[in-house]
Amino acid sequence: MSFATNLLCRECGTTYPTEARYSCEYCFGPLEVAYDLEAAKGVVTRESIAAGPNSMWRYAALLPDPGVEPVDLGAGWTPLRRATRLAEVLGVKELWLKDDTRNPTGSFKDRVVSVALSSARRLGFTTAACASTGNLATSVAAHAAFIGWPSVTIIPSDLEKSKIAMTAIFGGTVLGVEGNYDDVNRLCVELVAEHSDWAFVNVNLRPYYAEGSKTLSYEIAEQLGWRTPDQVVVPVASGSQLTKVAKGFREFIELGLVDGPEPVLFGAQATGCSPIATAFAEGADVVTPQRPNTIARSLAIGNPADGPYVLDELRARGGDCGSVSDDEILECIGLLAETEGVFAETAGGTTIASLRQMIRRGTIDPEKSIVAIISGHGLKTLDAIVDTATVSSTIKPSLAEAEEALRFHQLVSSAS
Amino acid sequence: MNVIVRLPSQLRALVGGAGEVPVEAGTVRDAINAVDAAYPGIAFRVLDDRGALRRFVNVFVADEDVRFLDGLDTVLEAGQTVSLVPAVAGG
Repeated sequence: MSFATNLLCRECGTTYPTEARYSCEYCFGPLEVAYDLEAAKGVVTRESIAAGPNSMWRYAALLPDPGVEPVDLGAGWTPLRRATRLAEVLGVKELWLKDDTRNPTGSFKDRVVSVALSSARRLGFTTAACASTGNLATSVAAHAAFIGWPSVTIIPSDLEKSKIAMTAIFGGTVLGVEGNYDDVNRLCVELVAEHSDWAFVNVNLRPYYAEGSKTLSYEIAEQLGWRTPDQVVVPVASGSQLTKVAKGFREFIELGLVDGPEPVLFGAQATGCSPIATAFAEGADVVTPQRPNTIARSLAIGNPADGPYVLDELRARGGDCGSVSDDEILECIGLLAETEGVFAETAGGTTIASLRQMIRRGTIDPEKSIVAIISGHGLKTLDAIVDTATVSSTIKPSLAEAEEALRFHQLVSSAS
Repeated sequence: MNVIVRLPSQLRALVGGAGEVPVEAGTVRDAINAVDAAYPGIAFRVLDDRGALRRFVNVFVADEDVRFLDGLDTVLEAGQTVSLVPAVAGG
């Protein structure tokens, strides 16, 4: 059962039933799923959650009503890893990685799609669609295949080949748009007006979709032994994930499920698409759109609709927002892989590079606990590293050449 | 100038269901006011009490976000389309 009650406009507070509706009739503000947390108190307990499945659906009571059963390909309940070697390199005391590379299609998007398509099925839809920077398209195509639905995924045509292949393999229709994600997003908002019978997970199903990201903070808190971390670093594209991570911690605190105050939230952006980092640094209340130009394609949203809310969350508790170069992103993909055995896509490199930047400038406290969200797998952005991550040496199949190469790489001493 | 204003589904009930409304207008602001003159209530939904664009409305002229142009003062050419599109997060 779910304690979801209705949809609520974040701007003006108008309420609507839990139907397929994404923006307020009066002010265009985004709609959010509201819950009766009073009724959930004492019913949703640590024990009731722990007795649930090993997936994000252990938190079903705090997610939108999935209907008969959720569309569950296995999203969520990913590892929270203590990162001791990376912590040592960065000079911090307690660092954890929320390893969302371990989702069914390799990114946190499986969380939001699982929720969105569950609600879509309950609402009577039969076709899945989305506007995507890549990871969402892959997840939508996979989940649609899983339940036998057709899918229409709409992406910038010049995305990484690996992301396009990972989407197309599931057999849906993939539309490549000659433009950037902001063009794709706008096209889909206009398309949904003409195809209102399609479940565009991040347009007309958006209120449900976005709720899936709350499970990141639910899991982090539960995996830390029912406590909140002091600081959380979240990659920022549209800003939806960061605002929902904040909501998740708040709900757990309100329900009395965790000890500790709300974490301080920190954003991570690539300088080549940093509208929120820029607005934060300038002290602005409005986010000025940018034209993205970065290898972090999954974060390349120049016109982030949840930007104002992200600024509110960052400022509310003394957070900050990193802005890092493509070179730093690539370097930190390597740093994370070498120190922790976790292979992240460019968004993960952005998160680690931003973490390092904010530690260096003193906005992240090295003495307090830190969780970094690693949102997607490195196999998704192989294009970014294939030219630099290569064989150490190429040799003939001879013992002599092998020994010479091993000496060259200092694996055996020259004297041996 | 004769221009076309494209409306999102949320506003179509106000204009009798049509997705596009032709108007005479020299700027984006004129275009919104012209639609409002014909179908009262549109401007209130799109503009805040200071006459600025509400923060969850995007406006495009010939497929370009007006925030990359001159905002509500963006000058229109004959035959152009002004699209009002809700801002939606999530990618």
